[in-house]
Amino acid sequence: MNKKRASGRTVGGLRTLSLQAPAVTLLLLWMVVPLGMTIWFSLQRYNLLMPEVTGFAGFENYQYLLTDPALWAAMGNTLLMVGWVLVITVVGGTLLAVLFQQEFAGRGIARVLAISPFFVMPTVSALVWKNMMMHPSNGVLAWLAESFGLPALDWFSSLPLTSIVIIVAWQWTPFALLILLTAMQSLDEDQVEAARMDGAGPVAIFFFITLPHLKRAISVVIMIEMIFLLTIFAEIFVTTSGGPGLATTNLAYLVYIRALLDFDVGTASAGGVIAIILANIVAIFLVRMVAKNLEE
Amino acid sequence: MTSLRSTNSKKLLLTVFGWSVALVIFFPILWMVLTGFKTETAAIADPSFIFSPTLESYQAVQARSGYLRFALNSVAVAFGSTLLALLIAIPSAYSMAFLPTKRTKGTLLWMLSTKMLPPVGVLVPIYLIFRDVGLLDTRTGLIIIYTLMNLPIVVWMLYTFFKDMPKDILEAGRMDGATTFQEVFFLLLPLTLPGIASTGLLSVILSWNEAFWSLNLTSSKAAPLTAYIASFSSPEGLFWAKLSAASTMAIAPILIFGWMTQKQMVRGLTFGAVK
Repeated sequence: MNKKRASGRTVGGLRTLSLQAPAVTLLLLWMVVPLGMTIWFSLQRYNLLMPEVTGFAGFENYQYLLTDPALWAAMGNTLLMVGWVLVITVVGGTLLAVLFQQEFAGRGIARVLAISPFFVMPTVSALVWKNMMMHPSNGVLAWLAESFGLPALDWFSSLPLTSIVIIVAWQWTPFALLILLTAMQSLDEDQVEAARMDGAGPVAIFFFITLPHLKRAISVVIMIEMIFLLTIFAEIFVTTSGGPGLATTNLAYLVYIRALLDFDVGTASAGGVIAIILANIVAIFLVRMVAKNLEE
Repeated sequence: MTSLRSTNSKKLLLTVFGWSVALVIFFPILWMVLTGFKTETAAIADPSFIFSPTLESYQAVQARSGYLRFALNSVAVAFGSTLLALLIAIPSAYSMAFLPTKRTKGTLLWMLSTKMLPPVGVLVPIYLIFRDVGLLDTRTGLIIIYTLMNLPIVVWMLYTFFKDMPKDILEAGRMDGATTFQEVFFLLLPLTLPGIASTGLLSVILSWNEAFWSLNLTSSKAAPLTAYIASFSSPEGLFWAKLSAASTMAIAPILIFGWMTQKQMVRGLTFGAVK
C-alpha cells in the first residue's frame, strides 16, 4: 500500500512538473538572470561612455551613490511621494467607499465614473493634468482660481512634488475605492442595523464597525500601492523630467538618468539594488498576508 | 409622514452629493474627451462646455503622426502578451488546482513574489540584453516583457477560477476516457470561459497601460500608445485638442474593458487577499 501511494505520487509529481515547467522556468529566468546581472553590474566599473574603464569595483558604486546628495534627494522624494499618495488614496478611498456603498439613484454609474481614472494610462493622465488642468494660464484650475479672484498657480514650477502627488493620487484613489468597495460587500448589515438600534450614530458606526471590518483590505491596498508607487516613472517622465533641479526625481527616475542618460551602468545598477531592497521589505509582509489567506 | 419626507430629502441629498463627487473625479477625463472635439484655439480659450464640435483633431492626429501605427503596436503587444501568458499559465494553473502537491502553495507564492520585483531594479540588464540581441524597439521584445510581467497574475487568477469549478465534472470526463488534453480543452476551458475572459482582459489592461518598459525600450518603430502620447510632452507648442483626441482614442477601449471586469479585477489585483 505504501508502495502504491509512493508511485502514485511520483506519477502525479511528474505530471505536475511537466505542466508547471514552462511557467516556473520562465519566471525563474525572468527573476534570476536580470537580478543576478544587476547585482553583478553594481559591483563593476562599467560606464558605456568610458569603455576603457573596467574591472571589479567592490562597493565603490554603492559608496559613490550613498555619498551622492542626488540619491538622498531621490530617496526623500520617493518617501514623500509614496507617503502622501498613500495618505490621500487610503483616506479618500475609504470615504468614497462609504459614500458609494449608500444607496442612491444611479449609484452604479456614479461608481463606474469614480473608478475610471484607474484605467487611464499614466502618460495620458499626467499630460491631461499638466496641460488642461494645471496649466498656469489656460488650465481649468487657473480659470477656477481667477473666477474666485485668486492668483493662478504655476503648479509645476512652484509646487512640483505636490503636482505629481495630485496626479498619482487621482489615479490610485479609484484603485483603493475599487478594492474597499469589494471588501465592504461582506460587511454584516445586521450588525450595522443592531448598532443603529442601540443608538449608534453614523460616525460611531464608521469607526467601530466599518473601519475595523476594512482593516485587512486597507492594509492590502497600502502594500500593493507601495510596491507600485516606489517606482513611479511615467508621470515624472512626461511632466517634470525630475525637475526643477532634483525636486521630483525619485529613485526610479534617478536610476533611469544614471543608466540611460549618463550610461553609468555600475551606479545605476547599485541604485536598482537599493530599489529592490526597499520593495522587498514591503513584499515580505504582503506575501505573508496572501499566504495566510491561502490557508483559509 | 414627516419621517418619510425626511428620508426622501436625505436620499435626494445623497444622490446629489454622490453624483457631484463622482463627476469631480471623472472631470479630467470628461474634459479631455470634450477638448478632443474642439479646435486648437477653442482648446486653449477659457474653459467652456459650449462649442461647435469638430473632428479636425482626430483627422490631424491620424494624418500627421500616423496614430494607427501606434494603436496597432498597442493591440499587438497587449493581445500578443495576453495570449502567450494564458497559454503558458493554463497548464500550470490546471495542475495547481486539480493536482495539488505539498509544494503548490509555495510555488504560487513564489510566483507572486516575482511580481514584486521593481522594474527599475532590472532596467539596466534588460536594456543591455535587448540591445545585444536586437530586441530594442521591437514588438517581440515588449511582448516578452509583458508576458513575464503578467504571468504571475494570470496564473493566480486562473488558479482561483479553476479551483471554484466542481471537480466531479472533470472526474466524469476522465471516467469516460478523456485524456488530460481533452479534459482541459473540452471540459475545463469551456466551463471556465468567463473566468478566463476576465483574466485575459485584466492582462490586456495592464499591458495596454504599462508605461515604464514601453518608454524605456521603444522609440519609434514599436512604440505603443503610452509612448506615443508621451511624445506630446515636448514643449514645442500647445496641441491640446490633438493630445485630447489621441488620448481619448487611446483610453476608450480600456475604459470599457475596465468597466466590464471591475469585479473580477479585484481578485487579480489583490491576489485574492480581498474577497
